[in-house]
Amino acid sequence: MSTPRLWRFHGGLKLDPRTTRAAAEPIVTVPVPPRLVLPLSQHVGQPAEPTVAVGERVLRGQPIARPSGYVGAKVHASSSGVVTGIADQPVPHPSGLSAPCIVIDTDGMDEAWEGYEPLDSFAELGAAELRARVRAAGVVGLGGAAFPTAVKLGAGSGLKLLILNAAECEPYICCDERLLCERPDEVLTGAQVLMRALEIGRCCIAIEEDKPAARRALEAALAARGQPGIEVIPVPAIYPEGGERQLIKVLTGEEVPARGVPPDIGYLCHNVGTAAAVGRAVLRGEPLISRIVTVTGEGVAHPRNLEVRLGTPVADLVASCGGYTASAAHLLMGGAMMGFPLADDTLPVIKGTNCIVAASREEIRPRAPAMPCIRCGECAEVCPAQLLPQQLYWHARAAELDQLGDYHLFDCIECGCCDVACPSQIPLTQYFRYAKTELWARDRDRIRSDLARERFEARKQRIEAEQEARKRRLEEKARAAEQARGSEAARKAMIEDALERVQARRNQGDGESATDDREPGR
Amino acid sequence: MIAAVTVIAGLAVIFGLALGFAAVRFRTEGDPVVDRIDALLPQTQCGQCSYAGCRPYAEAIAGGQADINRCPPGGEATIRALADLLERDPKPLDPESGETKPKTVAVIDEPLCIGCTLCIQACPVDAILGAGKQMHTVIASECTGCELCVAPCPVDCIAMVEEPVTLKTWKWPHPASPTSLAHAPDPAQAAERR
Repeated sequence: MSTPRLWRFHGGLKLDPRTTRAAAEPIVTVPVPPRLVLPLSQHVGQPAEPTVAVGERVLRGQPIARPSGYVGAKVHASSSGVVTGIADQPVPHPSGLSAPCIVIDTDGMDEAWEGYEPLDSFAELGAAELRARVRAAGVVGLGGAAFPTAVKLGAGSGLKLLILNAAECEPYICCDERLLCERPDEVLTGAQVLMRALEIGRCCIAIEEDKPAARRALEAALAARGQPGIEVIPVPAIYPEGGERQLIKVLTGEEVPARGVPPDIGYLCHNVGTAAAVGRAVLRGEPLISRIVTVTGEGVAHPRNLEVRLGTPVADLVASCGGYTASAAHLLMGGAMMGFPLADDTLPVIKGTNCIVAASREEIRPRAPAMPCIRCGECAEVCPAQLLPQQLYWHARAAELDQLGDYHLFDCIECGCCDVACPSQIPLTQYFRYAKTELWARDRDRIRSDLARERFEARKQRIEAEQEARKRRLEEKARAAEQARGSEAARKAMIEDALERVQARRNQGDGESATDDREPGR
Repeated sequence: MIAAVTVIAGLAVIFGLALGFAAVRFRTEGDPVVDRIDALLPQTQCGQCSYAGCRPYAEAIAGGQADINRCPPGGEATIRALADLLERDPKPLDPESGETKPKTVAVIDEPLCIGCTLCIQACPVDAILGAGKQMHTVIASECTGCELCVAPCPVDCIAMVEEPVTLKTWKWPHPASPTSLAHAPDPAQAAERR
C-alpha cells in the first residue's frame, strides 16, 4: 500500500499520550445504576423539552425529551424505570451550575421500548430517510463537542470526502482506540451509512501512528469486508490533530476558511465513535443511550474503557475500575488539555463525556503563579490556529474586548497548546475563554438594549399621540361651547335643557324613594 | 492693492457660495452624535442620570449639559466607551446618580397585586401587562431592571430579582479575579511535552 501524501498543520505539540494502561484493557460494561440523571441540555442550541411526566414509567430507549429547535437532539431513557423528577440537578459543566434534568429511578429490568424496528439492510433507504433515522436516535458527535449529527448530515451535497476522525490526540483519552480494536465492523458499517447519507464516494479514517493495534484491527476488518472507497490513513501524533480543521489540513493540505465550516471546501468530519453510533441507530434501531468512556489516571486502581449508560454517575464508573487509589486527588472530565475539573463524583455521564481522569497530586501540580509575559513568542509558535496569543492576552487581561476581534479571538479552539508552551505559566486559554463569554454576553446585552430602545421610542410616540388627540378633543369641545354661547336663544335652550334634566332626575329620585315601602309596579 | 482686495473678496464670495450650497445640499437630519452616544447607553431608561431616559441623556451629553459619568447601569464600560467616542478622559462614576448593581428584573407578587395600573404607567418600556382591577405581570424578557415601577406600587408587591445564571449565560471569570478557577486543578498541568 502506498502512503498518501500528508501535510503539516501549524504549531501543535508532541505530548505524552498517557494511554498505555487504559488502552490495553478490554471494554467493560458498567451495570445500570439505581438512578439515572439525564440533562436536557447536553450541547449547543436550545435545551430539549421533556415529553414525559413525573411518575411515568419509561422503557430503555424510549424518547423522553425532544429538541426544541433544528440544532438539537432527542434524549432517550437509558434504562427502564420511573421518572421521579424533572428538575434542576448539578450537571457536568465548567461552571458547576445546575440545569434541568430528567431523573429516572431504574427498576433493574432494563426492558426495551418497542418503537424501533431493526433493518437488514439500509440499501433501499435514501439520504433523507437515513438522516431522519439518525435524528430519531438522538445521535450527537461523540468526540466531545456533542454537535447533533443529523444537523451535520444536512450540511450539503457534492462533498468530496468523508473523514472519520480517530486521531484522538489528547492525553489520557483512548475510547476511540479501544472501539477500533474491539468493534471495527461497527465503525465500518457506520462509515458506509454516512457515505450513503451524504452521497460521498470516498471515506478516509485517520488514525494516529502511535495506535498500531487499533489500525491493524481496522485494516483487518476492512480487508475482510472488501469495502471500496474506504481507506485507513495513519497520521503523525501531534496534538491537536483531532481538531477537524487541523485534521483536514493534514490530510488534504487545504484550510477551512476562518468563519466557515468544512463542507464549504467539500469535506465533512465525524468521530469514529459517532460513526459506530450512526450504524447502530440505522441498522439495529438503537438510540444513543450509552457510550464508551475512558476512566484513567493514577487515582483509579484499574484504568480502562467502559461502556456506560448515559446518566450514570461518575462514581459508578470509578467503582467499575476498582475504585480510587490512595493517591487520587483531582477529578477531571475530558482529557488533560481541554477537560475541566468536576466538583464531585455524583455528576452524570453525558453524551459528550469521553474521558474521566482521576489524577494524583503528582499528575496535576498546582499551577505556578503566573509571571509577566516576556514576549518570547512561544505561544504563537505552537498555536494551531495561527493566532497571536500574546496579543490576545494583553487585550483580554485589560478587558479591551473590542480589539480582540481584530486578533481573531473566535478562531481560538481552546486547545491549550499556548498554556503548555508559555514559560511564564500564564493561563492564556482561561483568558481567552473569559473574553469569549464576555463578548457573547455583550452581544446578548446589545440585543436587549436595542429592543428596549425600540420599545421606549414606541411608548414615547404613543404617549405623544394620545396627548395630541386629547388636546384636539378639548379644543373641539371648547369650540362647540363657544359656538353655543354665540346666540342668545341657543344659550337659553341649553339652560332650559339642563333644568329639565335636573327636574326629571329629581322626580325620578322622589318616585323611587316614595315607592320604597310600597309594592313596586304601577 | 485693489487687485489683491478684489481677488480676496472674489475668493470669499466663491467659498461662501460653495459652503452655503453644501450646507443645504448635504444637510444631515437629526444629530448623528446623539445617535452614536445613544447606541452606547444601556437603554435601561431608568432616569438615574436625572434625564427622562437614555436618549434625553444622550442629547444632554451631546449638548454639553451633562457629564459622561452619570449612568450607573452602564458602569465603567459605558463611561470608557463614551470617553473613547467623545475623545475625553474617562472618570469614575458620579456617586450622586447611584452605583452599578447586577442586572435585575422586576417580579410582581401576583396574589398581592390590586390592579391599580400605576406600575404600567411608570414602566418606560411597556414591559408590564395588565388592566384596571386585573392582575398585572412583568414580561421578564422585556424588563430593563430600571426599578421605576417599584416606588409607585401602593401595596409593595414588586420585587427586583437578580437574573439566574444559566449554562447559556454563564461567563468564565477573569483569571486574575478572586472568583477565578486558578485554585482549581488545571488540567493542562497534566500534559507533558515529549
